[in-house]
Amino acid sequence: MSFSIYKYASPMTFYGLAGRLVPWFAWGSALLTVLGLYIAFFMAPTDFQQGEAYRIIFIHVPAAWMSMFIYMVMAFWSAVGLAWNTRLSFMMSRALAPTGAVFAFLSLLTGSLWGKPMWGAWWVWDARLTSSLILFFLYVGIMALWSAIDDHRRGDKAGALLILVGAINVPIIYFSVKWWNTLHQGASISLMKAPSMAAIMLSGMLVLAIAAWFYSIAVAFVRVRGIILERERQTEWVKELLEKN
Amino acid sequence: MHWESWSAFWAMGGYGLYVWGSYGALFLFIFVEIISLLRGQTETLKRLKRMRNWEEE
Repeated sequence: MSFSIYKYASPMTFYGLAGRLVPWFAWGSALLTVLGLYIAFFMAPTDFQQGEAYRIIFIHVPAAWMSMFIYMVMAFWSAVGLAWNTRLSFMMSRALAPTGAVFAFLSLLTGSLWGKPMWGAWWVWDARLTSSLILFFLYVGIMALWSAIDDHRRGDKAGALLILVGAINVPIIYFSVKWWNTLHQGASISLMKAPSMAAIMLSGMLVLAIAAWFYSIAVAFVRVRGIILERERQTEWVKELLEKN
Repeated sequence: MHWESWSAFWAMGGYGLYVWGSYGALFLFIFVEIISLLRGQTETLKRLKRMRNWEEE
């Protein structure tokens, strides 16, 4: 058979595929961001409890979701990499980490800017905030570990182990508002029941969440292409590619 | 459209600092990430080419 999904597991094929997909995700993200911001600022009404301050939700929740989701994707690729020793899996995991760290930091920062006017405090040590801070430290720790180990194959394995151990923190973040009595509000959206927010607010948040997804994919693909070139520089196809460019 | 004026829009009902602070920080970080990524990409290509030329000599 000529077509097989497995062929994209080869760094050479994936380099080309990722390069072709980047513009689509980048432009898709830009368009969705414009649409999402329009909904957030010009269509969504003022909140009856929080006034205009609630508009931070449109970026706070997508950033927080993304920080957790990217971590789970990294954990998935780490498990695949450790089980089958596939090179590309570890590269994907490395390509995602900086973006995950950015979103983790942004969720903390926007949360802080929301907490101050609503709770009267920039920061409280409640379960949701503390576990989110741990997620940010995990990202930083993983990247520090990678940069400390020169042999990238050993770095990959050590990083993958740390990622998998740290994955326990993600369900803790997610369920923290249920398990503990937190100052942080509960989930506005869950799979089990109807969302507890107005449809237009929800749609703005979801549009920006998809924009964040597309952004993360575009950025991770650009980054993974750099990692592929770096690691495959002794191969013929990279040598040819360098000559052409 | 429920804003009475542009100044009402920027004031965000008195929460302007927090709302615009959040959005500003978000776009600043995204901007910095994109710029550093693109610069890193061109630098990687340059460096790999240099290494290749050096190996050939």
